[in-house]
Amino acid sequence: MSDLYVARARNVAARMIGGEMMIMSGRDSSLFSLNATASILWEAADGVTPLAQIVEGRIVGAFDIDRESALKDAEEVVRGLADHGILRLSETPIDP
Amino acid sequence: MTHRADIVIGGVRVAVTTTSPTFLHLLQDRYAGFMQAPAPPDFELGIDLVAAAENAPDEDVRVYRDAGLWRIERGDFRAHLDPLTGRGRVRQSENPYSIDTVLRIVHTLALAREGGFLMHAASALRGGRAFLFAGVSGAGKTTLSRLAPADALLLSDEISYLRRAGAGYHAFGTPFAGEIARAGENVHAPLEAIYLLAKGPRNVVEAVPAAQAARELLASVLFFAEDAGLVRAVFEAALDLAERVPVRRLTFVPDARVWDQIGRQERAA
Repeated sequence: MSDLYVARARNVAARMIGGEMMIMSGRDSSLFSLNATASILWEAADGVTPLAQIVEGRIVGAFDIDRESALKDAEEVVRGLADHGILRLSETPIDP
Repeated sequence: MTHRADIVIGGVRVAVTTTSPTFLHLLQDRYAGFMQAPAPPDFELGIDLVAAAENAPDEDVRVYRDAGLWRIERGDFRAHLDPLTGRGRVRQSENPYSIDTVLRIVHTLALAREGGFLMHAASALRGGRAFLFAGVSGAGKTTLSRLAPADALLLSDEISYLRRAGAGYHAFGTPFAGEIARAGENVHAPLEAIYLLAKGPRNVVEAVPAAQAARELLASVLFFAEDAGLVRAVFEAALDLAERVPVRRLTFVPDARVWDQIGRQERAA
């Protein structure tokens, strides 16, 4: 199991509109639109549920994908979002 | 002696004070149609005139919080505003462009708190309803404004002013003009629809999905402040607008028939 934990950054605004999750960074006003997988990861990013558990429970079944590939893709997505400052990552649970 | 000009745009009153009769006349000329007799203002800006040597209006404007004050700065002016008292000062030369920028920013700050905004868009009032036309430079805002029929009142060809009103919005006229160089009419009306402009080979109106509408509206919102709280407020406000007001894409041929197309669209809606 991956020990990676994910939490939403504090300094962002996010809202679902027209079935699309839109996020704006309060840091530099950058705007992001998340695809279906990234939206699930964003919504589940509570800081205390390991990424592997999120993938197992919410991605593998929904997208008919094997667990290993799903986790690899998910890690890539959350690291990308973290690079943009809209998610926080840690190897220990994160205070929300 | 201190002179005062009360400039009321979108129902927000900004009292500008100056010791220069020349600058007062400049204000009265530029904001004619938006001047009112003195009354308790929402904001009060004192002008400190300096020599024109400091002018550099092509620089980007900066808006940030410092020690509880809003700082608004560009090469040609420096201003501060206390958000608690609504009072501030502007240091600039005797020109209309600096105070015009400061006024736009003061209004964006005021509107952000209540879910309204200034948008890079033309707007017009027709048949008691307001229509907003947004788009990047060259999309056709000025063209559409010039083609407006006699029964349409131009609210602005460049900077449109929206305030929340109940479940919807009202669009207000502004003195902030673009290429037409003519102030908008000082009137307001409920916002009926927003058109995202594009020039093309024929007149076509298409619905725009909410998320796409929100993206394009956000790109048109005038907002300068380096402040996370206000960025969030503007984000929420733009998404509210996209959800509450019909947003359509208007591809148009630049002649007067485009207004007939808009009329048909609105009768059908």
